[in-house]
Amino acid sequence: MRLSYRRALTRALADELARDESVFLLGEDVRVGASTITSGLCRRFGPERVRDTPLSEQAFTSFATGAALAGMRPVVEFQIPSLLFLVFEQIVNHAHKFPLMTGGQCAVPVTYLVPGSGSRTGWAGQHSDHPYPLFAHVGVVTAVPATPTDAYGLLVSAIRHDDPVVVFAPAGALDVREDVDTLAPVPFGRGVVRRAGDEVTVVAVGHLVHDALAVAEDLAGQVSVEVFDPRTVYPFDLDGLLASVARTGRLVVFDDANRACGVAAEIVASVVERVRLAAPPRRVTRPDGAVLPFAPGLDRAVQPGREALTAAIHHVVKDAR
Amino acid sequence: MTGADPVGLYRTVRLIRRFEQRAIDLVHHGQIVGGIHPYLGQEGIAAGVCAALRPADLVTGTHRGHGHVLAKGADPARTMAELCGRETGLNRGRGGSMHAADLSVGVLGANAIVGAAGAILTGAVWARRRRGDDVVGATFFGDGAVNEGMLLEAFNLAALWRVPVLFVCENNGYATTMPVADAVAGTITGRAGAFGMPASVVDGQDPEAVHAVAAAAVARMRGGGGPELVEARTYRFDAHHTFEHVVRLDYRSPEEVAAGRARDPVDIQGDRLAPHRRAQVDAEVEATLDAAVAFALAGPEPDPAGALDHLYASGLTGRTGGGQA
Ligand SMILES: Cc1ncc(C[n+]2csc(CCOP(=O)(O)OP(=O)(O)O)c2C)c(N)n1
Ligand SMILES: [Mg+2]
Repeated sequence: MRLSYRRALTRALADELARDESVFLLGEDVRVGASTITSGLCRRFGPERVRDTPLSEQAFTSFATGAALAGMRPVVEFQIPSLLFLVFEQIVNHAHKFPLMTGGQCAVPVTYLVPGSGSRTGWAGQHSDHPYPLFAHVGVVTAVPATPTDAYGLLVSAIRHDDPVVVFAPAGALDVREDVDTLAPVPFGRGVVRRAGDEVTVVAVGHLVHDALAVAEDLAGQVSVEVFDPRTVYPFDLDGLLASVARTGRLVVFDDANRACGVAAEIVASVVERVRLAAPPRRVTRPDGAVLPFAPGLDRAVQPGREALTAAIHHVVKDAR
Repeated sequence: MTGADPVGLYRTVRLIRRFEQRAIDLVHHGQIVGGIHPYLGQEGIAAGVCAALRPADLVTGTHRGHGHVLAKGADPARTMAELCGRETGLNRGRGGSMHAADLSVGVLGANAIVGAAGAILTGAVWARRRRGDDVVGATFFGDGAVNEGMLLEAFNLAALWRVPVLFVCENNGYATTMPVADAVAGTITGRAGAFGMPASVVDGQDPEAVHAVAAAAVARMRGGGGPELVEARTYRFDAHHTFEHVVRLDYRSPEEVAAGRARDPVDIQGDRLAPHRRAQVDAEVEATLDAAVAFALAGPEPDPAGALDHLYASGLTGRTGGGQA
């Protein structure tokens, strides 16, 4: 079966709505499916379970927390990644903290779904962030699926999970399609090697997995590149990565988020604390503190791309030889 | 209170109308990347309110913001260049449609986060007055924004500290696809009442009616009065965003759209002019926009090496000694 990333997310929502009465969907324009992810779900499951909200993100995010405390499994869709800044308080200070603060009296099983995270080219400063490192930092489960199969599997796992989970569906991955035989939940904290190689490990997050694979293919014959997709950046599959780095001895992290205090920094630190690499590791990221400028050429210049990854790979290989 | 200038109001609504139509063409031709939220049908609100303001007064706009920027006096050519992402644009191509700003004419920016700008404008007007400037402000927002806590918090601050801000709600009946009736408990003007703020409802399709209400409110505010709210009832003639020209969203009946379009602010105001005068203004607007589009498309694209120019006004770099590589 040929499956697109968008329809994989739709399938996951439909399957979980059908499987579990306590699952419901909440967000802006979800009835008509303005994001294209929730199309058809209202017709099938009705407006009680596919609920359009007023523009009240802070209130409906905490409404979901309350519903979760009372036994439901809400899925909250956000139209824009930057809205997570608006509801950071509600997710971090409440949903995330309640289990500990209540001494284990409750669980808050909410899924926050962010279709179209990162640059959508032309949406500029207030609509182009990819804020997953913030959630890793505070310790909320953070999934960034790269493929349709993982989009399905990670979203299903998120909905069934007993803690809050943010699922970032990168804008750059939404149009990916693949042939799929079986769809199944994907466990958190379990990465995959997307391409085997033995000279350098490239950790790529989300849509950048596809760019990393293209670069690895381009370099085939010159450098043997292994591509590691962590699938969830928190929890992070450090064992899986260490096994890969043990084979290659070199590390590049390819991450479409701001550099300082980002996920790439954490990955590099975790590896070099444990193993001696053959060359200094490199990060290919957005710059420190980046705000995406509007003009397409500027927008591209701020995002990590294939050229920069290629250069970084050559660097770590040369540094070692 | 100043009386309406029928020709001036017509020129503004016509300018915004034709600017938006040309911008939509540029979207379809790939010259404006990312699309726009067209202001078509709502022109009378920006025109009427801004005609009641002075150059030094301040405004904030919305994601549907070109009309506010133009009505407050920004150069159409540099505005169009901004939409096209050119170095010659208002924001040097860094902002685009949803962030177009021209502080030199008092536009603190369109804003892409619904409900967020009201508090910014309140602080700005408060500060300017504290420093002795005799200014007032107007902040535009949609019916969707009245359910955002941050806007209601701005109502409270402005009323509490008597900051002369005109809160202008452009009620076009929908927040994207969400009808007002399904989203707003109580009423929009009732929200003002809760903070002790005077509020009125005006026909947003009639530029002179909007102007009259705004001018009266501005006069009270200049005389020492506190903030007020005006709910301008209007209709969005086109898509929520130009992506809707590609992806069909089913939420308004064709009959409803036709009825909404029948009350066109450009015609309502245009009919108040003698036909030859109207034709003359139309020709002037066309010439302005021909020049604006030519200017926009002739402008250079910004150099990618400067992609993060202005990230810090202080010139700060986050890393000392390390570099990015
Ligand atoms: C805080 C916030 N929530 C959601 C969005 C996405 N969004 C952009 S415009 C819009 C609808 C706004 O409706 P309204 O305020 O009535 O203004 P209109 O578009 O009708 O002019 C939405 C939901 C956003 N930009 N900001
Ligand atoms: Mg509206």
